[in-house]
Amino acid sequence: MNDFPFLGILTLLPLVGAVVVALIPRRNAELAKLVALIWSLAVLVLSIVMWIAFKVGGDRFQFHESYAWIPAWDARFTFAADGIALVMLLLIAVLTPVVILASWHDVDQGQRSAPVYFSLLLAFEFTMIGVFAAADVFLFYVFFEIMLIPMYFIIGSFGGARRQYAAVKFFLYSLVGGLFMLAAVIGLWVVGGHTFDFAKLSESVSQIDQNTARWLFLGFFVAFAIKAPFFPFHTWLPDAGGAAPAGAAALLVGVMDKVGTFGILRYCLPLFPEASRWFAPAALVLAVIGIIYAALLAVGQNDLKRLVSYTSIAHFGFIGIGIFAFTTQAGTGAVLYMVNHGLATGLLFIVVGMYVARRNSNLVSDFGGAGKLTPVLAGVLLFAGLASLALPGTAPFVSEFLVLIGTFTVHKAYAVVATAGIILAAAYVLWMVQRTTQGTLNPALEEIPAMRKDITLREKVVVAPLILLLILLGFYPKPVIDVINPAVQATMQDVGSTDPGPTAVTANGGAR
Amino acid sequence: MEPLKLPAIDYVALAPMLILFGVACVGIVVEGLVPRSSRHPVQLGLAFLGIIAAFVMVIVSHGKRLVTIGGAVAVDGPTLFLQGAILVLGAVSLMLIGERSIEKGGAFVSQAAITVGSQKDLRQASQQPGATEVYPLTIFALGGMLLFVSANDLLTMFVALEVFSLPLYLLCALARRRRLLSQEAALKYFLLGSYASAFFLFGVALIYGFSGGIRLSDVHAGVANPKQSEVLLYAGIALLAIGLLFKAALAPFHVWTPDVYQGAPTPITALMAACTKVAAFGALLRILYVAFEGVRWDFQPVLGVVAVLTMLVGAVLAVTQTDMKRLLAYSSIANAGYLMVGVLALNKEGLSSTMFYLVAYGFSVLAAFGIVTLVRDADGEATHLSRWAGLGRKSPLFAATFTFILLAFAGIPLTSGFTSKFAVFGAAVEGGQTWLVIFGVITSMLIAFPYLRVVVMLWLSEPGESTPTVSIPGFLTSAALAIGVIATLALGVVPGPLIDLTQDAAQFVR
Repeated sequence: MNDFPFLGILTLLPLVGAVVVALIPRRNAELAKLVALIWSLAVLVLSIVMWIAFKVGGDRFQFHESYAWIPAWDARFTFAADGIALVMLLLIAVLTPVVILASWHDVDQGQRSAPVYFSLLLAFEFTMIGVFAAADVFLFYVFFEIMLIPMYFIIGSFGGARRQYAAVKFFLYSLVGGLFMLAAVIGLWVVGGHTFDFAKLSESVSQIDQNTARWLFLGFFVAFAIKAPFFPFHTWLPDAGGAAPAGAAALLVGVMDKVGTFGILRYCLPLFPEASRWFAPAALVLAVIGIIYAALLAVGQNDLKRLVSYTSIAHFGFIGIGIFAFTTQAGTGAVLYMVNHGLATGLLFIVVGMYVARRNSNLVSDFGGAGKLTPVLAGVLLFAGLASLALPGTAPFVSEFLVLIGTFTVHKAYAVVATAGIILAAAYVLWMVQRTTQGTLNPALEEIPAMRKDITLREKVVVAPLILLLILLGFYPKPVIDVINPAVQATMQDVGSTDPGPTAVTANGGAR
Repeated sequence: MEPLKLPAIDYVALAPMLILFGVACVGIVVEGLVPRSSRHPVQLGLAFLGIIAAFVMVIVSHGKRLVTIGGAVAVDGPTLFLQGAILVLGAVSLMLIGERSIEKGGAFVSQAAITVGSQKDLRQASQQPGATEVYPLTIFALGGMLLFVSANDLLTMFVALEVFSLPLYLLCALARRRRLLSQEAALKYFLLGSYASAFFLFGVALIYGFSGGIRLSDVHAGVANPKQSEVLLYAGIALLAIGLLFKAALAPFHVWTPDVYQGAPTPITALMAACTKVAAFGALLRILYVAFEGVRWDFQPVLGVVAVLTMLVGAVLAVTQTDMKRLLAYSSIANAGYLMVGVLALNKEGLSSTMFYLVAYGFSVLAAFGIVTLVRDADGEATHLSRWAGLGRKSPLFAATFTFILLAFAGIPLTSGFTSKFAVFGAAVEGGQTWLVIFGVITSMLIAFPYLRVVVMLWLSEPGESTPTVSIPGFLTSAALAIGVIATLALGVVPGPLIDLTQDAAQFVR
């Protein structure tokens, strides 16, 4: 079963879908939506089959396939997935159909073409799958860059106010990061033995001298830090997240930004272990600053979508300390966090989008007491918010907890400061929920017919899978952790870090 | 007295040049003998036939490595590759030059000598078909370029420089619209070009004084075994370089580029941006790699500064441009800087990647200027950036094509712009010129902004009232656009075959 070219097909499938949907004439908008939805569901089915075919405890990289591309540079179409990539692939496969369904009526009004919008969403899924499935640095770079293009047009053509500014800012920031990485990729190619194959590179990198490796690490790290984004490279995200259509924003924050953290885990750590350790303190400091700073900004936001974007930056801080703590526990927590954050923030963005679409305004102050008109939707918003602040029982709690205890064993100070982020998270989420859905009813809301309509059947179908997954993974994360853990362990071995001995922990009651 | 002995001549190796010069001469005869009404198809057909025949001869000669007619011409891998590139790019430019359905009578004026703005001028602008002398002129220019990249001694190189420059000066002055601008451009190009030629010639004299020969192999031997003061050598290199840097549009010898690119008829701009670049860099490669390889440590840092300056000037000034042709001109300057990064690698990869870049860039820039010829209003081409706002709404296919080309210029993967940049940067790191790559990367960030601004304008801006229309391209322009776009895509997705070809060709004969 493992010989089946899962990853190649999984990558190409959405691309074909994007072309098909783009060719549907504009007047058949409904058909285009339906085709896009069915296509993304097909991708989901394939990725679930792949999940089942993945041998837990088997090789680190599975589903390896490789086709010739540019022999002169030894660049190949090589695909392979470890546990980290696998869960990310599944996340994008789950989120895309949800987002397509959530965006069903986004382009019904106005002059914009529905087939183009849904085609762009599928094209975006193609680049996302490609970037996670690639096991060739050149191929990874190609996907890393071209994923900007569909998102650029989604934000620029279909976004809200200030969409042009946001789209250009988004593109330029990412491009700048990408070009730093390009320099590093070229350098890696030259010093790494004129190959791009990840497996071959992993063997040859030990010969790179220390100084070169640090520069190369920096090239990759800046690109990933901008993409993630980590403080202080984050300023594009609130603009992009605020201007993008809610569904696309869910994909942008939920999946695309994970490319940054994924890249650090897959490329920075194993390829430049010494440099990673050398830069780790700086990265940890940036991550912790990001947690607190973004959380404070989120508290002060009046724009719902920007608020959610800031919460994400804070969450990326947690992922960052999880990665750079270099313990298996924290690393597993960080990867799990990437998945859970995709689900929780995706849900939050989508629900916020439902409110924004009804009220036709992003501003918190334009709401107030909306729960009296739309009780069920308000409940969903509350749930999404609670999941996002990592309430025990929801999936993000497990990951946040793992990150914090994993970090605490080696870096107590960072863990303690980061814990303050949890309190701030409660503040921004609860205050936002309170100001929008609780309290006295804003009389202006009653005037708007759309606001009097509670959650529709389509919207229920949209939120149900995410809510289910959040609860399921909150109580039973084992299947996902089992997949992630060996991959993280292998990565941590590449970095050359060993988990702290169990003595201190057994003294505290054998928590491990 | 010894009887004069003729040097051995390999006619097959020289055939591409002989064919083009012959066809150009026939073209002049055609001007005199064929009636006006049928000159255009005859000249166009003749020009294409000539280019195809020359290209066939280039292919026939493949694998040849020799020096012929008394050491004046070297036929080797780079020569044949670059000649082939010039011919293919020249053929595509010729398609743009020969287009007559977009504007009545084509992009060229019928009698350039008529005073601008006079009654006669208005009459010719509205009624008379353009001059057909442009075809023999173009063929002469292409022939000169073929000779330029194969010249193995400095005097032949100078002659070739003049042979391809003079027709270009003339062609620049022949625009049907905005004739004053066109004439100004031509005069500027001519005057500055003459200075550059003079510098080049003076450099030749100094090098001759230094090494006692003008053949590149003699110069090489002289550099290895200096018999004269090295001041002569360095001054000579500097003066030669000025001449070549001028043609290649490298800073600080780039100032003519925006004016000339803007004023010249757009098809001629395309010809210059694609083919002249190939020719200029071909000659530069040959001189630096064959003649002066021995003093690489001396000129590498200086030319490195030139490359950095060029990239910075091109990228920074592109940001401020408001005219599409000037924007593309500055973009071409920046690209000259990237090419120089490849040249300065001074290794086999440097040679092959520069040649790859020249071809890749040539196709993209031809497509870009081809599109510029299509956006028109009542006064001809509407090149002001603001007029392009919202064109994506009106003509999505056109705007998508142009967006793709701009993404290629910005170096986004899956376009030739990415693979070619990757190739030259890789070669430069290999050659120990990492600092140039750092600047290359930084300027790539800068120059992405103006490209992106155009994309924003095309797609995200609302169309204004005065938004021009996109003309339906005729067969020739459509073909040129299709070739340019397909090549840009193909060289981005499957660059393998062409890279292999450039690597096989990357060996100079000395």
